[in-house]
Amino acid sequence: MKTNDVILQTTAKVVFFIIFLFSIHIFFAGHYAPGGGFVGGLLTTGAIVLLLLAFDLRTIQQILPFNFTIMTAIGLLLALGTAAGSIFFNVPFFTHAFSDFDLPLFGHTSLHTAMLFDSGVYLVVVGSAITIIQSIGGDD
Amino acid sequence: MNMINLLLFPIIIPFFFAMILMFFKEQVVVQRVLTLIGLALSLVASFWLIATVKTEGIQTVTLGSWPAPFGITMVSDMFSALLVTTTIIITIFVVIYSFSSIGVERERFFYYPAILFMITGINGAFTTGDIFNMFVFFEVLLIASYLLIVLGGEKRQLRESIKYILVNVISSAIFVIAVAYLYSIIGTLNMADISVKIAEINQPGIISVIAILFLIVFGIKGAIFPLYFWLPNSYAAPPIPILALFGALLTKVGVYAITRTYTLFFVHDIGFTHQFLMVLALLTIIAGCIGALAYFDLKQIIIYNIIIAVGVILFGVAQMNTSGLEGAVYYLLHDMLIKGALFVLIGIIIYATGTSNLREMGGLIKTHATLGWTYLIAAFGLAGIPPLSGFIGKVLITKGAFEADHVIGSIIILASSLVVLLSVIRIFIYAFWGPQKNELPVRDQRTYRQMMFPAIMLVLITVAYGVGAEWLMPYMTDAANVLADPSIYINAVLKE
Repeated sequence: MKTNDVILQTTAKVVFFIIFLFSIHIFFAGHYAPGGGFVGGLLTTGAIVLLLLAFDLRTIQQILPFNFTIMTAIGLLLALGTAAGSIFFNVPFFTHAFSDFDLPLFGHTSLHTAMLFDSGVYLVVVGSAITIIQSIGGDD
Repeated sequence: MNMINLLLFPIIIPFFFAMILMFFKEQVVVQRVLTLIGLALSLVASFWLIATVKTEGIQTVTLGSWPAPFGITMVSDMFSALLVTTTIIITIFVVIYSFSSIGVERERFFYYPAILFMITGINGAFTTGDIFNMFVFFEVLLIASYLLIVLGGEKRQLRESIKYILVNVISSAIFVIAVAYLYSIIGTLNMADISVKIAEINQPGIISVIAILFLIVFGIKGAIFPLYFWLPNSYAAPPIPILALFGALLTKVGVYAITRTYTLFFVHDIGFTHQFLMVLALLTIIAGCIGALAYFDLKQIIIYNIIIAVGVILFGVAQMNTSGLEGAVYYLLHDMLIKGALFVLIGIIIYATGTSNLREMGGLIKTHATLGWTYLIAAFGLAGIPPLSGFIGKVLITKGAFEADHVIGSIIILASSLVVLLSVIRIFIYAFWGPQKNELPVRDQRTYRQMMFPAIMLVLITVAYGVGAEWLMPYMTDAANVLADPSIYINAVLKE
């Protein structure tokens, strides 16, 4: 039986980008306000799962041709690398640095090494969640 | 050069290499080489750490530059530095043993990353100075062990891994609950700070209740009576290298956690908590002895010997005097090394005969003489025949028990040595003596020699550990002193 999912597929194409942009917003809002890499990663995963429901696994693998295991590993390296930077300055592990900069276009911005750590977390969450969903959903 | 992050290296290096290995899923040779490099670097770091702790005292670092009781503190005293080093030594040889025995299918499915992640968790649990962080590292090592126990997907592995995961999820839940109870009363998670606060309120009854809760949690992981029920079947399911890692390392993390909490936190009502621990330790020894004699399966005999050793170590801890604690530290390290060696050796026996049933073996000494004599030395070492390593630990533990007037307990410990000797010599008699029962399967001699190398090295290390006891004793004394006197630990963490 062929199910009629035109409405779902059409909406999913639009809603995917809305959720994805919102997840980026949440990701950058983190640290000083609620948000961060973990929640951002989960929202992105949610967006991808929506596409997965509307289409199928093979389509998703075509539009997002990443190896999600490698993505997890890169995320872990990024997170550990940020934390391990403290070793080279001989300060306790996980010590972070931050400062305020006047950037063109952005104006007065506070830049923080915790953001790098969070992008690692973001990649780990997306990578591992999609790997789990792929291996459970890939059985049939 | 003063490296304040030095004590984290044995945790970070395996973690880093585990990530790198994830990029080389299909290249098995690259994985093997990188794993060995990673472990060798960790070993260098851990020896450096022991030297630093020996000369400069306890090393601490509080993550993120927060002040001590508020941030997560990592603490490396001699006890944890020695445990970390032993863990890495065993892992190196088990990994070498895996090259020829685990099979390329498992190697391609994140076998080496899982081992390195597990080492990260184990070393983290040994090093952390924060009770909630200890829970986190327990989870890290457990999740890696879930992968290792199910890896390969044999029917038996699937059945046993469900039980294993269920038992561990429940005990982890109780762990969080116990930590929450403790936090609601004491209001801190830093282990040194907990010790100070418990001393301030002089350990009322509710703290003793929490002590028993902690004993249940770590007792499930560390396999004490009657909470060891899940262990024999679960550990027998995965292949030998994984069994060797689990048997040598995982239960010891539980034993370490009991030792740490019972010497640092709950030291004001010894008449109740330590008496309780001692009775359970003795029952553990008796239950383990019954199991070790009851089976004709190689794996089961050695697995029940793990349970006996857990009882012996905890009996030493329950004495709460210097001799007992020194003996417990010495015996704990001895048992990790010797269990690693024995599991590798029975793995080779099983490989050579094609069965793990003692009744179907015989006459191996004619074809595998080196294996036989190596096994005999390991067996004597386990039972504690002087000058091998089991002897000194047991002498110190019984000395501690006599000093504390626990005569019956000491007699049970000494009698258990005879049972241990009988159970492992039975393997020697059945497998190596007598006529050959069945035709031996044809095996590649080169693979056999590759498997013998780590086994012989591990046995040699245990022999050196026993013979060089005099030289190692200052390190054991340092470790036991911190356990016997919590103020050393507290001052090192909360110095400012």
